[in-house]
Amino acid sequence: MTTKTPSKLEKILRDGHLAVTSECGPPRGSNIDHIVKKGELIKDHVDAINITDNQTSMTRLCSLAACIRLKLMGLEPVLQMVTRDRNRIALQSDILGAASFDINNILCLSGDHQSFGDCSQGQNVHDIDSIQLIQAVRHMRDEGKFLGGDELEGKPEMFVGAAANPFADPFEIRVPRLAKKIAAGVEFIQTQCIYNLDKFEEWMKGVRERGLHEKCFILAGLTPMKSVGMAKYMQKRVPGMDVPEEVIKRLQGVEKGKQADEGIKMCIESIQRLKECEGVAGFHVMAIEWEEKVPEIVEAAGLYPRPNGN
Amino acid sequence: MIVADKKPIEEIIECLKDHKNILVLGCNECVTVCEAGGKKEVGVLASALRMNARKEGKEVKIDELTLERQCDREYLDEIRDSIDQYDAVVSLACGVGVQFTAEQYHDKPIYPGVNTTFLGATEERGVWTERCQACGQCILATTGGICPVARCAKRLFNGPCGGSTTGKCEINAEVDCAWQLIVDRLKALERLDDYEKLCPLKDWSTDRAGGPRKVVREDVKQ
Amino acid sequence: MPCTGKVDVIHIMRSFEKGADGVAVVGCLEGECHFNAGNLMARRRVEQAQKILDTVGVGGQRAQMYNLSSSEGPRFAQYATEMTEKIKELGPNPIRVAKNKAA
Repeated sequence: MTTKTPSKLEKILRDGHLAVTSECGPPRGSNIDHIVKKGELIKDHVDAINITDNQTSMTRLCSLAACIRLKLMGLEPVLQMVTRDRNRIALQSDILGAASFDINNILCLSGDHQSFGDCSQGQNVHDIDSIQLIQAVRHMRDEGKFLGGDELEGKPEMFVGAAANPFADPFEIRVPRLAKKIAAGVEFIQTQCIYNLDKFEEWMKGVRERGLHEKCFILAGLTPMKSVGMAKYMQKRVPGMDVPEEVIKRLQGVEKGKQADEGIKMCIESIQRLKECEGVAGFHVMAIEWEEKVPEIVEAAGLYPRPNGN
Repeated sequence: MIVADKKPIEEIIECLKDHKNILVLGCNECVTVCEAGGKKEVGVLASALRMNARKEGKEVKIDELTLERQCDREYLDEIRDSIDQYDAVVSLACGVGVQFTAEQYHDKPIYPGVNTTFLGATEERGVWTERCQACGQCILATTGGICPVARCAKRLFNGPCGGSTTGKCEINAEVDCAWQLIVDRLKALERLDDYEKLCPLKDWSTDRAGGPRKVVREDVKQ
Repeated sequence: MPCTGKVDVIHIMRSFEKGADGVAVVGCLEGECHFNAGNLMARRRVEQAQKILDTVGVGGQRAQMYNLSSSEGPRFAQYATEMTEKIKELGPNPIRVAKNKAA
């Protein structure tokens, strides 16, 4: 199938392979060594690596710089970009900057509210929202123009993604919301971490009923649980996260030293179940500060070796 | 209305520490309704300031007056003859009133006595909530009469975000998710299909972003 | 006053400004207000006045709210004694002291 961008992720998806992506958070300082190390750890097991953009509003090294670093290592980064911190001038400018380094994937997000982070007294921008950012990137890429209408000297050749959270409320608009992102021009979706598989499958049913799975690639998001504590925290404290009681009970059912292994096992089982779910085009494995486990999960889930994407 | 909240008295005392003749000036409009700067609050603040001065052994004259409005010159003119008695004014009007008073009485220090907070409504006595940010280009027609600019913490035009949980906002379980309200309202209006209409990029030039704003109405100008 | 609900912060403030050493607001028993919530509003206003009085150095403890029913003469006497003791402990209103000094 023909691709619209030089993105390796796009190529793999359009060739009909189940894609595998993962993500890394940049360091809280200028020392970039650890992102290089994380990249090295997972590079053979994933097709692309998201770099988060000041996630949970904790100030970090910028996503763009970390993406450039991965690109220079020959890896395939996905630039996450939130509309919280940049107005339309800065967003377009950073998109062009990323494109100049041949960063070919972007994930358009609104971003967590700044009150969660280390600058809770700061201002937020929200000049445009995540859906409008999708439109903006597509406009720049497809029309070759700035939002202001001027011609671009060189279009950003980016494969455009966004997030979807099937578990947030109101549930009834979660399929229409995906439709809205598709209408805005999104090409791939990475979902919120899935623990409630039944609910995810219900959402996917709604997605298929409207044929939306044929209009964009949906990568199911998965995060292995490290412990009962983490599961409880995610259940109670993380907005828009759906962690069913069974997950907690299953982790509680094993001794403390083996909870992490159980979490990995549950993650692998989820992938295996969702491989059978029509419309799931790949997996986004977010092993938070646990990247070394990604290869193990990918292999055990039968997703290794990766296609070369050329 | 414009909703204001009281400033801590300590802060006002600190501002006034070098002044001897002070006018506490209230406003009979919004700040009276939200019980922050009307006649009653003027009386209480003036009394507190007098006691504080007395206790510190200072001879300070503190007078009280509440004007119909501080955002109209004709009412501010009412103090033109008496203003010279004072070396400072504490205005309990909103930020508009404080500034307009200062513009009329250019050589007089005018201190704010309230924190002006938002454009809102009275939920019940003692509880006020925000409704409008005066962005200058109203989109309420498309959002079921609920404003995402004022009421969504991320002012999303195509919401809700992934943090909406059981009708509440991710920032605080006490805050309603504006987009839940919008969806509920569109449903009640049998217009839920409108949810999928993409909201275009907003023109913020009519907002604060465009610099200080001005409305000129030739039809009513004199 | 027909009801403590009529007592406003300003009344308490003015009393101290004029030199009172203490102000006791005595309302009906909570839950038995003839006007539904007058005594509850009075309590909140007394609390508000206490804060302001603390801020300006008069001492919030000088303002107190009590509740009793009209048939409780002995309890009224008990509250009055309590209040008197409290004020004696606190000494004279500093505003009155400062005023006298200035005069």
